Parts: sequence; C-alpha cells; structure tokens
Amino acid sequence: MSAFVEFERVTYQVDGRDVLRGIELSLDRNETLVLLGRSGSGKTTLLKMINRLLRPSSGEVRFEDRSVAEWDPIRLRRRIGYVIQDGGLFPHIPVARNVGLVPELEGWPQEKIRARVDELLDAVGLEPEIYAKRYPGQLSGGEKQRVGIARALAADPPLLLLDEPFAALDPVTRYDMQQHFLKLSKVFDKAALFVTHDLREALLLGSRIALLHEGRVEWIGPRDEFQRAASPHARTFLRTLELERAH
Amino acid sequence: MNAFALEILRTSGEHVVLVATAVVAAFVIGAPAAITLTLHARTRRWVLGLVNVIQTIPSLALFGVLLPIPLIGGIGKRTAIIVLALYALLPIMRNMVVGILGVEAGIRESALAMGMTRQQILWRVEIPLALPTILAGLRIAIVSTIGTATVAAAIGGGGLGTFIFRGIATADLTTVLAGAVPAAVMAIIADEVLEWAERRYSV
Repeated sequence: MSAFVEFERVTYQVDGRDVLRGIELSLDRNETLVLLGRSGSGKTTLLKMINRLLRPSSGEVRFEDRSVAEWDPIRLRRRIGYVIQDGGLFPHIPVARNVGLVPELEGWPQEKIRARVDELLDAVGLEPEIYAKRYPGQLSGGEKQRVGIARALAADPPLLLLDEPFAALDPVTRYDMQQHFLKLSKVFDKAALFVTHDLREALLLGSRIALLHEGRVEWIGPRDEFQRAASPHARTFLRTLELERAH
Repeated sequence: MNAFALEILRTSGEHVVLVATAVVAAFVIGAPAAITLTLHARTRRWVLGLVNVIQTIPSLALFGVLLPIPLIGGIGKRTAIIVLALYALLPIMRNMVVGILGVEAGIRESALAMGMTRQQILWRVEIPLALPTILAGLRIAIVSTIGTATVAAAIGGGGLGTFIFRGIATADLTTVLAGAVPAAVMAIIADEVLEWAERRYSV
C-alpha cells in the first residue's frame, strides 16, 4: 500500500516526556486532513516531522513512498509548502521577493518568477500592482497570511503543511480566509495537512479529521462522521460547538 | 599653509590609517569568528568572556605589556595596530553574535522549512536582519578606536597622540589641543556617518 504521506508507529520524546505516541496516519494526494487538538496535543510536532524540522524518536515518516530520513532535507522541504501562524515572512524583503523566494532558490528565470508571483498574489486576492513592492511590516494580519500562503504555493509543491494559519486573525478575516482556502485548494489541487484547535474550522476545511489527544490519534475519519464520534474528547469538542449554538 | 597646520594634517592622516587598519583587521578576524560562535553556545561564552577581559585591561598597560614580546610587540605602528584591533574586537564580535542570534525564531524556522541551506539562511536572512546591530557594533568600535589610538603615540605608533604627549611634556595647551580637537572631530563625524548607515539598513 502506498500513501502520499505516511506515519508508521511514530513516537517522539523530549526530556523523557512523550509528545507523540504510536502515531499511525496516512494522507492521500489531493485530500485535506485536519489535525484537530488542544494545545500540547502534539499536532505541531507531528507536522514538523514531515518536513524534517524534527525527527521521530522511533518509527518512520514517509513522503512520496520514501522515508523522510532518506530524503535530502533541502529537496524535501522545497517540495512541501509550509505556512505558520504569524506568516514567518522575511521583513527585510518586499512581498514579491518573499513569494518568489523558493523559485529563486530553485534558479527559475526572472521572467518566470515574476509571472508566477503575480499569478499567486492574484490567486490569494492581493492586487500585484499594489502589494508586490510592499514590505511585510506594511501589511495587516490577514494580508500577511495571504502572502504566506502564496509563498508556500510558489514552487508548486504537491503538499502544504499549515500550522494554525488563521488562529491569530479576527473572526471576519478568519472566515474570509477559510472561504478563500477552500477555493484555493480546489484550484491548486494540493494535498494539505491543516493544524487547528478550532472544530468549526476543522469541519469546514477538512475532508478528513484526525483528533489528537496527548500525543495519540484518538479518532480519525471523514468529517461527516465526526458528529457521531464516540471518543470522549471528540464529545468535548462537539460540546463547545453546541454551547456556541445555544447562545 | 604653515608648517604646523601641515603637520596636523599629516598626523591626522596617520591617525586615520591607524584606526582603519585596526578596525578592518578586527572585523576580518572578528566577523567570521562571531558567525562560527553563533553555532556553538559553550565556546561562545568562553571566547566572548576572553575578549571581554581584554577590554578591561587599561590601554596604556596593554601597550606596555606587548612592548617586550617578540614579533607582535616592540616599538612602532605594528604593536599599536595589534592593541587597537584587540580592543575593537569586542564590540564587533558581540554585536554580530547578538544580532544574528536575535533573529526571530519563527523567521529562522520558516527559512529552514522553505529549504534554504545553512549558508543561504546566514547570508540572505540572518546577516541582513542583523545588519543594523552589526553596524552599531562597528560604530562603537570605530569611535572608541579613534580615542584609544591617541595612546598609541606612547609606543611610537604615531597619530594625533603625538601632539598630546608632546604638549603634556612641554606643558603647552595649544599642542595638546592640536591633537585632541582633530581626534574629537574625527570621532563625531564617524559617529554621525555610521548612525546614518545604521538607520538606512533598519527594517
């Protein structure tokens, strides 16, 4: 059996503490799997094992049928787009160069980079004429995240890792970005692993949901089935949703 | 122009060469050392500690200590440049280390996650972001070296200190000022120019 991304009995310990225990997980091409969990459940750690920012203590992570440990880390990371909460944009270079960075590292010709940057800024809803020359310090939180997503898509990687990309945004901007993400993931046809602590976001964006609790996958399945999930922590998450409705 | 003014000009030139050589030497040695130190926490503490200790030695004493040592010591410009470079080392190295280590963790991590190599992260991310701090270190090094370099005249290093020492020996205020004023002006100009550069490269 071959999946696009696969975790096999992955554990991770820090200072004798188990952050991840016996993770078994697989991701297919073109699906969005949401990793749902409270803070400290290990979801960010799990994400970082895929682009080798962290290495498992035991077990194996595979990407495109090869163990991540065997990949050249540079090649691996350039095939994976990464979006984090505060965008992680480089403040000393303008938006266009931020977005075009991986293509630049890959040695694309200038013309092609410029065309790609314009295309992506358009795709994330930022007018290239206005935004290309701006510096990250001149952008709002939502605009930074848009640039962050454009940057992650730049070299057309088959996989996106998103670590609570919208968590710090105000509710209206967040809603806007979620809708935009849905549209983008259809257009660009990527596999994505999306980390969030927000069940509503998980139900909106994920084709499947994996619920992490204390370093274990407690429940995994299609999003439609989450409502009927029997696991105690899934119930806890669902209760937060009911409470919101009740008000 | 009279002979005295000409001598001030010539000595000022000597002073500039002394300072420039020392600071360039300190930078050529200190910058790569500082970059290496950012990767090794334990060595970093030792080396910066040592450089710090050098800084606490009074300059006149350091000149004196080096005098009898062969190769690096003796009377003349070489000894003066070595001492001045040793003093310039601390601000250059410390600011470089602080500037590079001060780059936000999230920025470094996203550089890594984008598939940048260690060298690319250093040259394209860390050094540009640390530039204002690095320039601030260079500014401190240059301005303080301009001052310390006046002491170099005590061991035959030349420069504006020549006037100051001669003036003290002959109790002649004008001669002291002929050395002190140009040195002060030099320090102020260097300070202004480098402060401008620092602002220019701030994000």
